[in-house]
Amino acid sequence: MKNWVPIEWTIGLRFLTEGIMQTVFILTGIAMGVGVIVFMSAMLAGLQANFIKRVLTSQAHIQIIPPEEVARPLRHAAGVVEGAIVQRPSQRILSIDQWQTVRTAMKARPDVVTVSPTASGSALAIRGDAARSITLTGMEPDLYFQIVRIPDYIVAGTSKLESDDILVGTELAKDLGATVGDKLNLSTASGATRVLTIRGIFDLGSKGANSRNTFVALRTAQSLLRLIGGVTTLDVTVTDIYAAETIAQDISATLPVQADSWIKTNAQFFTAVRAQQSSNTLIRSFVGLSVAFGIAAVLIVSVIQRSKDIGILRAMGTRRSQVLGVFLIQGGVLGFIGSLIGSSLGAGALVLWHSAARQADGTELFPLLLEPSLFIAAAAVATVTGVAAGMAPALRAARLDPVEAIRG
Amino acid sequence: MADVLALRQIRKSYNVGTEVETEILHGIDLTLAAGEFVALMGPSGSGKSTLLNIIGLLDQPTSGTVSINGQDTAGLPDSALTALRGHAIGFVFQYHYLISAFTAAENVMMPMLVDQGRRNDAMQDVAYGLLDDVGLTRWRDNRANNMSGGQQQRVAIARSLAMNPSLVLADEPTGNLDSVSADAVFDLMRRINKERSTTFLIVTHNLELAKRCDRILDVVDGRISGQETGASGAAAPVLP
Repeated sequence: MKNWVPIEWTIGLRFLTEGIMQTVFILTGIAMGVGVIVFMSAMLAGLQANFIKRVLTSQAHIQIIPPEEVARPLRHAAGVVEGAIVQRPSQRILSIDQWQTVRTAMKARPDVVTVSPTASGSALAIRGDAARSITLTGMEPDLYFQIVRIPDYIVAGTSKLESDDILVGTELAKDLGATVGDKLNLSTASGATRVLTIRGIFDLGSKGANSRNTFVALRTAQSLLRLIGGVTTLDVTVTDIYAAETIAQDISATLPVQADSWIKTNAQFFTAVRAQQSSNTLIRSFVGLSVAFGIAAVLIVSVIQRSKDIGILRAMGTRRSQVLGVFLIQGGVLGFIGSLIGSSLGAGALVLWHSAARQADGTELFPLLLEPSLFIAAAAVATVTGVAAGMAPALRAARLDPVEAIRG
Repeated sequence: MADVLALRQIRKSYNVGTEVETEILHGIDLTLAAGEFVALMGPSGSGKSTLLNIIGLLDQPTSGTVSINGQDTAGLPDSALTALRGHAIGFVFQYHYLISAFTAAENVMMPMLVDQGRRNDAMQDVAYGLLDDVGLTRWRDNRANNMSGGQQQRVAIARSLAMNPSLVLADEPTGNLDSVSADAVFDLMRRINKERSTTFLIVTHNLELAKRCDRILDVVDGRISGQETGASGAAAPVLP
């Protein structure tokens, strides 16, 4: 017994250490609960971060494109339409009107990180007898590679692009029987043709993406697509990826452009992320409740077991608030120590799982995200849960009639 | 000598206001002077324990007043009653009721600890001194459950004296001990009573021990039906 330790702590801790088996069992229960929460939280955060990284390193957070072309019905007079059928116009490749002004407006926004102009359209890649239809994307590499990390996916050659260079996917290279340094003849619907040299081959992890996507310098694409000085898209990244849709709506409302967020274009994926977060929260809540009820049950038993001690303490002048403190402290200590053990168990299990679970290509299934904040939060929540769970037993103890308690 | 305890017309009923209202104590008057050593006897169910609980401020009378060291306790809030109980009254129970999670010395220190909130070296000196007084110097660092019944009761007596109370209430303190231990415990209380002038009120069924008190009060059917002078003292009036 130390001089500086308040009596409530001394009594609470002694009660816990005296009933050591009971304490060990409940600590095991709390540790398992906290371990599950830590394991699930870290694993799901890692999986989610991995998914989001994969999605958002291969596309912009927001794509700004020209507004859709719409047909205006021919009207005879107000309310009277002449044409019986209004045909939807075909969507030509158009440049964003005054795209430099739009880009300047985007750069001025505090929630925007990067703005990259691109010119993209369809083309035909021909090598010998083989021809494949491709999506041609012309961009400024310094800006675009900040959004889509093509250099990270290069498996042969380099990502450096000159005006006569092209980057192709592994599938396209295979289909055309080409490799780094080979020439490709590109032709577009506008009739433009150009011979480009394969400077690098990338693997985006998707067969479809690897067979269709190609990247060239912005001026090369503008020339091939007959968009001299124009761009078809402004790719934007923002500070908060989950605010992308709100920002996109704001852009569409304030500028004569159409802005599509990654949330809108990947609605199914985003719904899956949200569902994952909800189910994770639900599971953690139920595990937390189980832990809380476990602590409460043990402390209620402890109050019953200790009723004579409580009666004696009250008889010798112990205040109700001190008795209350004794049991609240026990709840808090159980929660805190249980969370420390549980965090270690959860982290250990996650490290094991991380080393064992691999993708088909041998890379990690998810990045190991063991943030200190997770453990601090787990300890804080478990301690508060312990104190809250101890409230009912503590009140019961504080309200015990000493006469009844001593009599048993 | 000044009165340590004064009871005026103490009545205690249960199920008040119902058809089964039962009065246990019927207007008890009693005073205990400083340094008295008094036995309280009576058959089971006569109201001894209820009376002791009321004197110890563990229970409230239905009517009447309890004064401890001249302070009327009527109307005091629970916190004030708890503080008064902690400072002025010591308890010794039949079943010792030491807190098994603590050593003998820590049990003796407990009333001081709950009063002060934290331990200090002076408390340990007091506890060691009291354990020396009751002959348990060697046992002071032993847990209660490693001690005999007689030793535990001596620790309980030491604990009851920790706050230097003016009144010690002992509810059948020898009832659970063999005759040799019972004699030793009784002698210890008597010695402390003489050395410290602490007033003792002892509930007992043992007439031989009761006869060694200053006074014997008989409680029958919720009334003090009589008193006799013990071997070592003179009778004091029941009513002041």
